[in-house]
Amino acid sequence: MPLTPVLTSRWGAENSWRLSTYERLDGYSALRTALSMAPDELVGMVKESGLRGRGGAGFPTGMKWSFIPQPKPGEEPTGPAAMPKYLVVNADEGEPGTCKDLPLMMADPHSLIEGVIISAYAIRSTFAVIYVRGEAVHAHRRLLNAVGEAYAAGYLGTDILGSGYDLELVVHAGAGAYICGEETALLDSLEGYRGQPRLKPPFPAVAGLYGAPTVINNVETLASVPFVVRGGAEWFKAFGPEKSPGPKIYSLSGRVVRPGQYEAPMGTTMRELLEMAGGVRPGHELKFWTPGGSSTPYFTAEHLDVPLDFDSVAAAGSMLGTTALMVFDETDSIVEATLRFTEFYAHESCGKCTPCREGTYWLVQVLERIAHGRGRAEDLEILLDTCDNILGRSFCALGDGATSCITSSLKYFRDDYVALLPPEEQARLGRTRLPIEPVKAGAA
Amino acid sequence: MSALPGSPEGTAVTGLDSSPVDAGSLAEVPPLPERARLEARDIIARYPVARSALLPMLHLVQSYQGYVTPEGVALCAEELRLTKAEVGAVATFYTMYKRRPTGRHLVSVCTNTLCAVLGGQRIMDALSADLGVHHDETAADGSITLEHAECLAACDYAPVVTVDYEFYDQQDVESARALVAALRRGEKPLPTRGAPLTDFRGISRQLAGFSQHADDAAAAAAVDAPGEYGPTLRGLRLAAERGESAPPMRGPEPEPADAGEPRETVRPSGTTGETPGQEAADARVAAADTPAEEAGAAGSHPDAPEPAGRRLPDGSTGTETPAGAKPGTGDQGPDVPPPAGEGSDGPSRTIQGRAPKRRR
Repeated sequence: MPLTPVLTSRWGAENSWRLSTYERLDGYSALRTALSMAPDELVGMVKESGLRGRGGAGFPTGMKWSFIPQPKPGEEPTGPAAMPKYLVVNADEGEPGTCKDLPLMMADPHSLIEGVIISAYAIRSTFAVIYVRGEAVHAHRRLLNAVGEAYAAGYLGTDILGSGYDLELVVHAGAGAYICGEETALLDSLEGYRGQPRLKPPFPAVAGLYGAPTVINNVETLASVPFVVRGGAEWFKAFGPEKSPGPKIYSLSGRVVRPGQYEAPMGTTMRELLEMAGGVRPGHELKFWTPGGSSTPYFTAEHLDVPLDFDSVAAAGSMLGTTALMVFDETDSIVEATLRFTEFYAHESCGKCTPCREGTYWLVQVLERIAHGRGRAEDLEILLDTCDNILGRSFCALGDGATSCITSSLKYFRDDYVALLPPEEQARLGRTRLPIEPVKAGAA
Repeated sequence: MSALPGSPEGTAVTGLDSSPVDAGSLAEVPPLPERARLEARDIIARYPVARSALLPMLHLVQSYQGYVTPEGVALCAEELRLTKAEVGAVATFYTMYKRRPTGRHLVSVCTNTLCAVLGGQRIMDALSADLGVHHDETAADGSITLEHAECLAACDYAPVVTVDYEFYDQQDVESARALVAALRRGEKPLPTRGAPLTDFRGISRQLAGFSQHADDAAAAAAVDAPGEYGPTLRGLRLAAERGESAPPMRGPEPEPADAGEPRETVRPSGTTGETPGQEAADARVAAADTPAEEAGAAGSHPDAPEPAGRRLPDGSTGTETPAGAKPGTGDQGPDVPPPAGEGSDGPSRTIQGRAPKRRR
């Protein structure tokens, strides 16, 4: 498939983060269209477009919006329908390998803000928050500036563009916690608590921020909304497969010649993307890669032709996640990679639930001894058994995600683990020693 | 500052942990000024519910004192009507809240998988040796606190180091050592993507939602700081080279006339042109009609002034605002006059099909 810059289309313009540039390049024209439509029309349009959440889970965006309880005509609203509605932007990008939202907010913050205004209008919210990762200071800075510009120009505040619609938008900096990318942990954090996930149900659409109906959407999702409004649902569906259409930012990193952001239709394959990025570095070959960050099971060279859309990747045994394509070659140790990812999950586990808190700790211990040549024959089964006790038994998806790299690496590269065991342990597995040296930290 | 009441001397200075602390490093912490309390109330006014202000308020405490002090915990507790234990429970959850005094700058090295295999671990080891400190420790001269960081969302620029969270991309051992050596000499090398450095306290002020700059010009220079955005723009440049673009949007889309186009659009030789080939591509993009074709023409050249030191503006703004009056409007950005143009009636120029005409 060809490259199709849409979300990235303005990124190259001079001072692309400034309102003057954005307006010159059609910025805020979708907002004018949207404000002339009924909110329900917008929800229907986004539903019809097939836009699915870009934060990893791929939930249909329009459907999520439609779950917000709204007052019924002619009836006195009660319960959640009578409460304020909130829109919260999940800009807490931190999944290892994921690097699409930060460049978007740095290069084109107004596209996110326009998406926020349209989406908030659609769900009848008058207060929205962009929860941006604390470490992302340059993105935070440009967002603060852009929100100030938007207020001054009348795109935010009271009676937006004379429509009678009011919206306040706050840019809120986090403080360093991967778990806050989980939507209910984000809400707790935004309310001024430790960022720990909530039990669902109730879902945020009914009881979210301050207990009121809340939509939480990813940055790339909301930045897509103005294009849906301008181009129409049919135009948006022209990108990629019917069930998960749209332009998508693919982030290639690691052992490729030209790492970077490549925007192409949903369903583009890794083979096509690798070709765009100049391939794996010369003299080396692809060994393993992630389709959507460290929480998505590894793929190998046999998966180069899997269309990278939500359903095709799931059918092939992984998850599309955030289309964070980390590429590793034959010089990279799968065990070291997996150990470092697991250390990450152990560090970021919030401690609320036992399977994740204790399980990730023990996974690190076992992986560490394998990586340093002190593993035991039964360790591989211990890893799988521990993963089995975390997956599906944790409070939130962090625990599930922590098992992906371990189970998939044992599926595709079991011999790499075995080769790191001492000879006598290998013998217990009926193997002879394979020629692999123990992992050295940071070996390149 | 001495130990908390009831604690042995030399321990529990922060109230957030009980590990031994070098008392000598605490000498420089100034008391919180009354302005900090007023600014905390400004933050509270942004939100429908006061407690939402707690995270920005803790950033504010760090902007004055370099870490979350017992005094800062107490201020947050008083303003939000919480107990100090409740505030401490939040402060200890998040890695960006420091429990001990920080150096002038915070240097973070990504050692997550991708950066590590590309050299991040070697960078961390080298800096650790140079500074004589380990993770989350401060050099004896007070210049730098070193930490290893989890993924910093810049994997296409790996391996990355940040200073006060500003990106120094595509580092290696030698460049990172040179960077740290310069910081210790009191220099402030420009980030590859980000604003000119102030210091850890300065960036903490921004994270609290305030400008860390004394005047508008410095604030604008920080926003518009030039940078090296090669990987960010790679796909866009390649699309321009190949003449690929998104399908056109529906509806009447007359070709824009040449006359009357603003000419400030593009400068062919931008800071992003790393190679002659890319500059040529940039020049082609510069001639294009559509934003899709303008890939690679980024790169502004503001004559950025010297990095402004952390000077705080007079604390006179909005302190009378009652809580909850107008959430979202407090100090969230510089005032900018409304734009002149409407920008909505013109022809759509974003997505124009595959072979846009060249203008030159």
